[in-house]
Amino acid sequence: MMTALKNPAHRAWLVLVVATLITWYLGEVGAAGTAAIVAMLVIAFIKGRLVILDFMELRAAPRLWRTLLEGWLIVVGGLILLAYWISLK
Amino acid sequence: MLAIIGAMTTVAVPHTEPTSPRLPGDLAIWFFILAEMLAFAVFFASYAFARASDPALFNLYQQTLDRNAGALNTLLLITGSWFVVLAVQAAHRDDQSAVPRHIALGMLCGAGFLVVKVFEYAEKFGAGITLSTNTFYMFYISLTFFHFMHVILGMVILGVIWKQARKGAYRPGECNGLESGAAYWHMVDLLWIILFPLVYVMR
Repeated sequence: MMTALKNPAHRAWLVLVVATLITWYLGEVGAAGTAAIVAMLVIAFIKGRLVILDFMELRAAPRLWRTLLEGWLIVVGGLILLAYWISLK
Repeated sequence: MLAIIGAMTTVAVPHTEPTSPRLPGDLAIWFFILAEMLAFAVFFASYAFARASDPALFNLYQQTLDRNAGALNTLLLITGSWFVVLAVQAAHRDDQSAVPRHIALGMLCGAGFLVVKVFEYAEKFGAGITLSTNTFYMFYISLTFFHFMHVILGMVILGVIWKQARKGAYRPGECNGLESGAAYWHMVDLLWIILFPLVYVMR
């Protein structure tokens, strides 16, 4: 078990599955509003970052590409947050 | 190519310095991936801002979506991506039989995603829902269908690298084709990781 988790891909898969179940659960309990939206965006950011770094293997890539993809996550998350913030006003 | 040789020679040196930066796969696939991601970013933002002008409508019709199917599909794409990473890792250690096997497992997960989605669409279209039913369904259908087509393209790409892998085409230091296909498949996963909470859960 511990040796299996030394492979970053196995670790990433495990976190991704747990994070997906948390988002699903938040949906089941009808979580809504600012806290729920922020929580779901943070979870999506963590998941996206794991896919970028450990699945796409950009952790050891030239900084430019890592920044472009992580930047995409931040911009998309930021725009969604802004739109939801407008809708809550 | 130079980067690969650089990475390989650095690996041979027995100290703990990190290897020189290396972009997996071909540079061209990364420009393609970036273009696709920018298109989806516009789609995601359009959805979120359209929702801001009528949150009541979006919240009401979001309730009709099958969240379980959406979550199941997230798990299928995550697991499919994981198998494809394992295929790349197998190629790097020259474990030739494990490469096509893991690509095939990745395709199986992709096929599972498509089946779940077809059932979801059948249920919605069967209920008479179309692109013109309302703004929410217009976004739901167009966003998920645009993504659906990317899953199909990803499956075709996996099919191509599976055939190559069976011929033993991917060996340590010769994994560019495999890594390019894998990167595209991970992008399909990455997009769904945003799409699922945005369209199915966030309210």
